[in-house]
Amino acid sequence: MESFVHVCLAGISAGMFIWLVASGLTLIFGVLRVLNFAHGSFYMLGAYLCYTCLRFLGIDFWLGVIVGPLAVCVVGYVMERFLLRRVYDLELPYQLLLTFSMVLIFDELVKIIWGAGSIGSPSVPGLSGSLMIAGRNFPVYNLFIMIVGPLVAVGLWAFLERSWWGKIIRAAASDREMAAAIGVKVPSLYTAVFVIGAWLSAVGGALAVPYVGLLTTGMGEAIIINAFVVVVIGGLGSLKGAFLGALFIGLLSSFGTRYIPTLDMSLTFILMGVVLLWRPQGFFAGVDR
Amino acid sequence: MNRYRTYIAAVLVLCVLVGIGLFSSRFVLYLTMRVMILSIFAMGYNILFGRTGLLSFGHAAFYAVGAYGTALCSMHLHTHPLLVILAGAAAAALFAVIIGFFCVRHTEIYFAMLTLAFGMLVFSLMWNWRTVTGGDDGLSGIVRGSISLGFFAIPIMKDSQYYFFVLFCFAVSVLLIHRIYQSPFGLILAGIRENHIRTEFAGLGVKRYRLAAFVVSGTFAGLAGSLGLLLESNVTPFAAHWSHSAEPVLVSLMGGLETFSGPIVGSVLFVVLRELIERFTHNWMLWFGLILLAIIMGFRGGVVGATSVLLKRFSERP
Repeated sequence: MESFVHVCLAGISAGMFIWLVASGLTLIFGVLRVLNFAHGSFYMLGAYLCYTCLRFLGIDFWLGVIVGPLAVCVVGYVMERFLLRRVYDLELPYQLLLTFSMVLIFDELVKIIWGAGSIGSPSVPGLSGSLMIAGRNFPVYNLFIMIVGPLVAVGLWAFLERSWWGKIIRAAASDREMAAAIGVKVPSLYTAVFVIGAWLSAVGGALAVPYVGLLTTGMGEAIIINAFVVVVIGGLGSLKGAFLGALFIGLLSSFGTRYIPTLDMSLTFILMGVVLLWRPQGFFAGVDR
Repeated sequence: MNRYRTYIAAVLVLCVLVGIGLFSSRFVLYLTMRVMILSIFAMGYNILFGRTGLLSFGHAAFYAVGAYGTALCSMHLHTHPLLVILAGAAAAALFAVIIGFFCVRHTEIYFAMLTLAFGMLVFSLMWNWRTVTGGDDGLSGIVRGSISLGFFAIPIMKDSQYYFFVLFCFAVSVLLIHRIYQSPFGLILAGIRENHIRTEFAGLGVKRYRLAAFVVSGTFAGLAGSLGLLLESNVTPFAAHWSHSAEPVLVSLMGGLETFSGPIVGSVLFVVLRELIERFTHNWMLWFGLILLAIIMGFRGGVVGATSVLLKRFSERP
């Protein structure tokens, strides 16, 4: 029973990081209709930049969580404004290939700047302890992550459904020409949405610094694969699907490693295969945006 | 007229390749073998991408399965080259059937995502299943046996001997793929690329044809993997990594997507460029990404596309 609770908690906190990446991915797809392969790289960049702030600029972790992702926003802005914008009218493979080429470039740049080895990351003052839950210690930081994830979900929902900006974004997503006709500056809006998506992913990366313990150049691709599985299950373009899917994948891999360690990562793929056979469009596609 | 030109070109290329095999240094031999193996990989890939219009990001998985299949077969069963290559290609075909079955249920974005995810699944299997695949060390020390054909045996131990075997496989692959493109099957694939709804209305099971293209293309990748393994005599899980999957994509794009000779021209360019760039810097992948980016932003026809546009402009001039 004790271990059951702990496996649950670990799964939920792991799922929250996947959610932060998948939310940005699905937001960008919902509006821009572009699948950003480089989204995992934003996550990785967020983590490395936050770490750099901590280590070399000597600033506080929380400031790093703000500054690191902001720097990634600049990267996202440049990528959308000067590269992606030029290929919207081309065939779909070219858009995918563009973001794919960015993965290669980002990954390699990270290796050049920070080195190819793994980097140990410091713990967070104030949240480094652990709490007694169901007879065993559980890191406070993971609990904190479990609060942040749903908060981001609620915030995003409120932003999209209740705010004026959200209304415009939804309008542009459902009919680009019509939105442009009533005076929405669609290109700028696209840039803004891309930057928000990049920011979400980078925040996930920055918050992951104390959680993962080790920063590696493979962390971006590991999370993007999980995010892909999540959006396949949840339905591409659905934020609700992304949240529930991420939670589910987090729990599944956590239980998988605990109880069937030989299957480990294959379990998520088996699940994805089952979903593809049973409900190929995902569970929430078309229900909401 | 045009047809003769193609034949003459093919014969010329063949003569040059045989000439290289007979007279050049070991380094040039090695590079040419790499070009031919990459060509097989890219031409097979192009059946899926250029012909059928499906962009796969997980094709290295089949290359790696081919390589591992060959390695395992020659370690545990027999070292007869024809047998081990057959085993590699068959293993790749089997994987392509299984993975393709799931992937062809979707097109475009979902297809790209799924192939990437399944490709990484294969990568992680090879990485984790240490008892069979050797984990991150991979499998090494694979020897090339001689091709025994009953009465006599052809040795391929030396690179200069193996070269002609690779050349033979390359020529057969070119002929086969050329034949596929001319066949009704190949035309249906092009039809699916141009308009899959129309093709469906013509009474053809689009999904089945997509799967068939996937398997054929995966099998060629497996063949390339087998030949690559016998050339290098070792393989690591990184053969299945997605950065390796990007290679045939870049090669096809460099050469020109919807052309037959595009992947071959692209392979030559790729191997030469890589050799040149790696003399200056270790960060080949960065340049790889930048070249890909440049092609997408402004050079989408590839070398063959650009050349044929130039030729056409030249011949139309009064």
